[in-house]
Amino acid sequence: MLALRADFPILAEQPAGVPLVYLDSGATSQQPRQVLDAEWAFRTQRNAAVHRGAHTLAALATDDYEVARDRIARFVGARPTEISWAMNATDALNTVALSLAEANRAGAVDPALRIRAGDEILVTEAEHHANLLPWQRLADETGATLRWIAVDDDGVWTAEAALAAITERTRVVAVAHVSNVTGLIAPVDEIVAAAHAVGALVVLDACQSVPHRPVDLHALGVDAAAFSAHKMLGPGGIGVLYLAEALGAALPPARLGGSMITTVTMTEREFLPAPQRFEAGTQPVSAIVGLAAAVDYLEGVGMAAIEAHELALGERLASGAASIEGVRLVGPQPGVERAGLASVIVDGVHAHDVGQVLDAQGIAARVGHHCAQPLHRRLGVAATTRASAYLYTTEAEVDLFLDALSGVRAYFGAGR
Amino acid sequence: MTSQAPRDPLAGLYQELILEHAKRREGEGAIEPFDAERFLRNPTCGDEIRLRVRLDGDAVDALGWEGQGCSISQASASVLAEQAPGLTVAEARQRIEAMRELLRSRGGVEPDEALLGDAVAFAGVARFPMRVKCAMLAWVALEEALDQAAR
Repeated sequence: MLALRADFPILAEQPAGVPLVYLDSGATSQQPRQVLDAEWAFRTQRNAAVHRGAHTLAALATDDYEVARDRIARFVGARPTEISWAMNATDALNTVALSLAEANRAGAVDPALRIRAGDEILVTEAEHHANLLPWQRLADETGATLRWIAVDDDGVWTAEAALAAITERTRVVAVAHVSNVTGLIAPVDEIVAAAHAVGALVVLDACQSVPHRPVDLHALGVDAAAFSAHKMLGPGGIGVLYLAEALGAALPPARLGGSMITTVTMTEREFLPAPQRFEAGTQPVSAIVGLAAAVDYLEGVGMAAIEAHELALGERLASGAASIEGVRLVGPQPGVERAGLASVIVDGVHAHDVGQVLDAQGIAARVGHHCAQPLHRRLGVAATTRASAYLYTTEAEVDLFLDALSGVRAYFGAGR
Repeated sequence: MTSQAPRDPLAGLYQELILEHAKRREGEGAIEPFDAERFLRNPTCGDEIRLRVRLDGDAVDALGWEGQGCSISQASASVLAEQAPGLTVAEARQRIEAMRELLRSRGGVEPDEALLGDAVAFAGVARFPMRVKCAMLAWVALEEALDQAAR
């Protein structure tokens, strides 16, 4: 893995005047030359509007655009028609919730999409706001009750708790595949089986899983999934919405406009099938081409190898952090499988101050509530400090983080 | 620190006076009675403060605050609480404006020690743009509380 670091120009930068130790890939990942080159090549050689016009350049651009869709579909074990573009995962999750709201506003509601007063929408207490707020609002709009799977003092929830929370009234279960704060890996198989048994849809926030481990959406059996290109070596401004064939065929679009219709009159409209139905307006085509190049890059390294590398780093982070006096590790404790990230609470020192000390040593870690305020409230803190790894992260970098972390309390005189 | 570069790049930020005030928390507590109260939150890091002010004619009679946050935000509330009582409202506003100018200067403004007193310890924060909001939180809360009291 060490050799591939040379593909990432930014890793040689020294923004804080010392070598960069980039441990914030959970927020945004860095881009290899191959992705930048692919975008540049498209923009300089093939750029045109796609699915419009008949000139040769438009045909070439359309070809790149649809080839990208094919590659990304294959990468996550889906059909190309199940892959729609979104701005990012947040946008994709909003699209699912807004489309469900739209379905329930229309006269004849498809029974598979029906959400009524007294029904339940289930999330976890650990969700990112992007996979919480759209469901809060959908519950408000439909009269359904938002329920959540509670976490324990470490921020962890169990399959048993999830299964107990799924009832005959559950219509939607929305969970993160991997928590962006705790690194907990969700028991998706069990949730899908239980949810489908009661006719509920399963929506998966795959932001922290698709970039880091092999994910086969058909094998998982979820109904919808969302992930962002910028967390998987790709550019910003593009994300993916996966809608399983049946859901994609049933859901009405939330946004209307160009490129998503068959026939329009002054009073009527008919929509294209998925995926175009969910792609109103011009898409960021060069970013989509960049995402396809990112997928090529990841496949070239091998997702199984990336997963193994990060599981080892996750354990190194967790066991190292847990062994520092005055540092509390959030999420699965050492020895329990977790993704390649760890969030910690430093006793007596605010996370913002922790981050400042780390930054002075070139370590870019994330401090704050990581868009998961309810989880942090449950943990009893306003903010945590998170280190998140990726394929280019080294053991030496993890050790630098742990070493710096172990000096934080002394710097602020905490515990004296 | 164990793995620190020879020169401490944080020395300009975490002045001894700041670390000391972050622990001392001068003026912490809810005062009664009070003329105005403001609750402010820095959504990026979760720093929050509830600040009350009591006026005596045209002067600040007492200031109390409760909150949580990083050492910069807590120390700046403490320094403010030490300084504000006894100032006229106009003087307090002048000092808040001077603090704002200092912190937004990115290091380009020479701190006015005669005006700001111990608050000049925050001059180093100006070089850390991500922390300016932390240092200003209590001061903005007082500014808004004075606005409220004037209405």
